[in-house]
Amino acid sequence: MLSANVVALAYLAASVLLILALKGLSSPESARRGNLYGMIGMAIAVVVTLQLETVQNYAWIFAAVAAGGLAGGVVARRIPMTHMPQTVAFMHSLVGLAAVLIAVSAFYDPQAYGIAAADGGLHPASRIELFLGTFIGAITFTASLIAFGKLQGLLSGKPLVFSGQHMLNLVLGVLMIAAGIMFCITQGWVPFLIMLAIALVLGVLLIVPIGGADMPVIVSMLNSYSGWAAAGIGFTLGNNMLIVAGALVGSSGAILSYIMCKAMNRSLLNVLLGGFGGEASSGSSAASAGDRPVKAGSAEDAAFLLKNARSVILVPGYGLAVARAQHALKELVEKLMDMGVDVKFAIHPVAGRMPGHMNVLLAEADVPYDIVHEMDEINSEFADTDVAMVIGANDVTNPAAKSDPASPIYGMPILEVSKAEHVIVIKRSLSPGYAGLDNDLFYMDKTMMLFDDAKKASEAILQALDG
Amino acid sequence: MDTSAMEAAQTAAQSAHGAAVDPFVFSFTVFVLAVFVGYHVVWNVTPALHTPLMSVTNAISSIIIVGALLASGPLEMNLATVLGLVAVGLVSVNIFGGFMVTQRMLAMFRKRK
Repeated sequence: MLSANVVALAYLAASVLLILALKGLSSPESARRGNLYGMIGMAIAVVVTLQLETVQNYAWIFAAVAAGGLAGGVVARRIPMTHMPQTVAFMHSLVGLAAVLIAVSAFYDPQAYGIAAADGGLHPASRIELFLGTFIGAITFTASLIAFGKLQGLLSGKPLVFSGQHMLNLVLGVLMIAAGIMFCITQGWVPFLIMLAIALVLGVLLIVPIGGADMPVIVSMLNSYSGWAAAGIGFTLGNNMLIVAGALVGSSGAILSYIMCKAMNRSLLNVLLGGFGGEASSGSSAASAGDRPVKAGSAEDAAFLLKNARSVILVPGYGLAVARAQHALKELVEKLMDMGVDVKFAIHPVAGRMPGHMNVLLAEADVPYDIVHEMDEINSEFADTDVAMVIGANDVTNPAAKSDPASPIYGMPILEVSKAEHVIVIKRSLSPGYAGLDNDLFYMDKTMMLFDDAKKASEAILQALDG
Repeated sequence: MDTSAMEAAQTAAQSAHGAAVDPFVFSFTVFVLAVFVGYHVVWNVTPALHTPLMSVTNAISSIIIVGALLASGPLEMNLATVLGLVAVGLVSVNIFGGFMVTQRMLAMFRKRK
């Protein structure tokens, strides 16, 4: 058995390796090495814990690790990249549930954790930490399950709103804290279980009013919660490594939520209060959609424009992934690059269903990452671009976000597609996007609409280029 | 060093601070510093890798397996050990799944030939 100091130093080494895992993600070149550091850090943490004197139950522990590891491995290998958001949401729920189980177990048998007070109960500080860890874990668990259900399509993506909703949540929140305080004073099971039950219910109630379109924010926020839950367990056990890891994950999720909110020009509070995307859109521009003229074109027309362009920027949206058009589009891109056209991709932060989702979908289709650019990097280039082609994206290109203060999305940062010399929009119909708005881009003189499925359109354009 | 000498050393260390510092304060210090580290490291993550960031943080928050292992450690089984074992299984899904899916995604990111 290693001495307590060696154990603490090994945990420190593991903490540093976990930090390096995140640091590696600053560029795709260093990211794989970073991930390896993360695995080594985790392995050190587990091995060092396993050799502790109190840990003896090896047969059962290895069985549990093998069963969980096998399931995780199968999921990791098989899951389609389009399903990443719900996979991540599901994994958050597992962290939340595990945190709850650990907290209950610590309360049942504090001795196993070495956190028992002289009388066999818990120290007052440990009780508070246990309370925090339990309720954050419980909310993370049920909230993530609901988010998973919405993303997977098991539950309706529509926000569920009823009157008195926020009042109910507030009352439940106060009751939960009251039960938690009772638990801290009395160490009783009854207030502990009441607190736990309310937290589980709150997790559900907090997410049901939030619509499917806001799930990227919610998944990021639950990422953050799962980190705080881990840190809470770290406080309970007095283990600095858990605190460091939890704080890293907590701040990571918080930053991602902030980035997503900013990209939609919404406040986190506005997202959390929910109801967005529920009411039928009644915008003035939507009403006039029917009688505005659009210029429709064929795949041959699009091929002609692309062939004669020097520079092309492609703007993909989630519609691209829905139509499974990534590979067809990638072939089109290769063809254009062979013809000497400068091709780039422009990605809006909310282009996919979670932060960075579109980048992964393009990478999966073998699109090299150095031609894929973020909104802030590429927005200034649209004005010097011959053709901008929008595929399966809508709201993120709507010029009304810049020009029309009456628009619900006014102030949202957009890709400035309308500044390109020619615009091609591939879309199945003129139907409005997530925000329920009509897009002025479609009616501009320089815009050519190609009404087709993204995959068929990409293939047809490629064929026209070959011919 | 015998026990009385250690006690003396501890008392000396405590008196240097004026009084004993609660372990919670140490933990809290670590927590606050780690939040700062996290803040700076995560802002440096390229937006293109935000999805792998989320899957790897999933694996990292499963570091609570340390708590689950402690709970399931004792040989005599009771409610605490059983809950601990279930927790070990749950976070093992995340540890293996999280790191492996991250590796799978990162392998897709290639430069132009």
